[in-house]
Amino acid sequence: MAPSALLQVTGVYKNFGGVQAVSDLSFELSPGELLGLIGPNGCGKTTTVNLITGFVKPSQGKIFFQGRNITGMAPHKIVRLGIARTFQMVKPFYQLPAYKNMIIPLYSPRVKQLAGGKYGDRDAVALDLLEEVGFERDAYVAYKNASVLPQGYLKRLELAKAIALQPDLMILDELFSGLSLAEVASILPIIEKLRQEGKTIIMIEHRLKELFRIADRVVVLNFGEKIAEGPSNVVMESDAVKKAYLGVEA
Amino acid sequence: MKKRKERIDRGIKARSGDIFALSSWREMLYLSAPRLIPIIGFMVLPLVLGDYWQKVLLSVAVFALLAISWDILAQSGMISLGQALFFGTGAYAAGIFNYYWHWHPLISIAAATIAGGLLCTLFLLPVLRLRGIYFSMVTLIIPLMLVRIIEATKIFGGTEGLTGIEALSSKWIELYLAMAVLTAALFGFRRMIASDYGLILKAINDNDRSVINAGINIYWFKTQALFISACVGAFAGAFMTHVYMFAGMPVFALDYSILPIAAAVVGGPGTLAGATLGAFILVPLSEILRGIGGLRIVLYGLFLVVFIVALPEGIFQYVQRKYHQFERWVEVE
Repeated sequence: MAPSALLQVTGVYKNFGGVQAVSDLSFELSPGELLGLIGPNGCGKTTTVNLITGFVKPSQGKIFFQGRNITGMAPHKIVRLGIARTFQMVKPFYQLPAYKNMIIPLYSPRVKQLAGGKYGDRDAVALDLLEEVGFERDAYVAYKNASVLPQGYLKRLELAKAIALQPDLMILDELFSGLSLAEVASILPIIEKLRQEGKTIIMIEHRLKELFRIADRVVVLNFGEKIAEGPSNVVMESDAVKKAYLGVEA
Repeated sequence: MKKRKERIDRGIKARSGDIFALSSWREMLYLSAPRLIPIIGFMVLPLVLGDYWQKVLLSVAVFALLAISWDILAQSGMISLGQALFFGTGAYAAGIFNYYWHWHPLISIAAATIAGGLLCTLFLLPVLRLRGIYFSMVTLIIPLMLVRIIEATKIFGGTEGLTGIEALSSKWIELYLAMAVLTAALFGFRRMIASDYGLILKAINDNDRSVINAGINIYWFKTQALFISACVGAFAGAFMTHVYMFAGMPVFALDYSILPIAAAVVGGPGTLAGATLGAFILVPLSEILRGIGGLRIVLYGLFLVVFIVALPEGIFQYVQRKYHQFERWVEVE
């Protein structure tokens, strides 16, 4: 394993009964990199995220994070090590204001540990973080119940919850799905800012145009197998990728 | 002339979070009445009631505590059908401490509260991963099993139970101990539920994935909620052992499981105050209906059904809403 790799996935297999969801998957991630994870529906992207974050245990293979073997570790322990993720389907506390939804990540043992054993004023931190992801403070959006917020804000809330954990690696699972072009355009700068701050990010995305604008490298999956890896322009020229996406021989 | 009903929040105008700018006695009363009325009520009731109703009041307090204990668990996503487990374990623990080791009743109650809480947490620890009906079924079965174990092995007096347990020194200590613990549990745990800690417990119920995703060990939090709830239930049992001067198999009876749930549901689950209010309605009602004999259960059941159908949110939520809003008819057009 390269000593500089932040995350290393080596020969991971996962089968659900007879279904081979992920098969012999290996890839590495260097610190500060933005990796796109793409592929057709059902190709195993979300399963890969679940494997890295411990929500699903691999049938075979190993996963290392910061040189530590995290294979089969409980998901909450993996979060404490510094991997945060967003979920494709957002499910906030609808009956609570947006900023109160932030209390859950801000209650994390990781946040406490990074702050030197003190939680601080969680409400204030929550409001600051939400402003960072575009909850306009002047308009009091953060005080509105999650039930009345449009999808764009709910996705930002999901992103803010991941940022609150101050992770070393962020995994964004289809952050742009269900959003309008304008909403995507307003979230992109936030991700670019995170990159400038040196965050390492894995993005699962179907909106390839936006993804390719910011991704350093792309891993393409099909039927659980890695069919291509490299810079986006190179990968999209590959015959296997064309076949997987377009369903025809190139 | 058309009219339309308008609802207006009665709230205090200058308010930010929990900081209020109180400008009149009226506003102070508005804010403090919901807290003062139950506290004063709890303190005064023992003084104004006759002997018989004082006994009923003890029963009310015990069922209110069991209902609070049920509600705390339900908030954290654990629907228990076996509050009798907590009650019975506490009752037997107190019985054992006093019968075999002759501990002073107050010490025995305190020790049985902790010991009962620990034991019940241990009993349910293996099934903490179960959710919904699966968890409920296990809680229903364990007290029934314990009864049979006691019957078959004849431990702790077997079917006879432990008799001759020392009573608390006076009925006033009984009454005010029950009322003081009820007040502390009601207000203390309401505060806990409203805190960020309570929010995490509720989040575990609502969407446990998001809590795990914050690096929080949900089983540790569930264990804490279970221990807290079990301690409340165990106190109720330990207390009753010293009131009845007896601990036997009836302490695992189904009544102690079902009535608290009925109280919490009628009163309004999720608030603890609703659970308390429910116990204050259902237990005396059951006593009043005692006069009519066999039809008592029918009437009691009917009352439950009517309330659950008419006020599914629970009495407390309804009253709370009415308290914070006033309605008036305004002319339109």
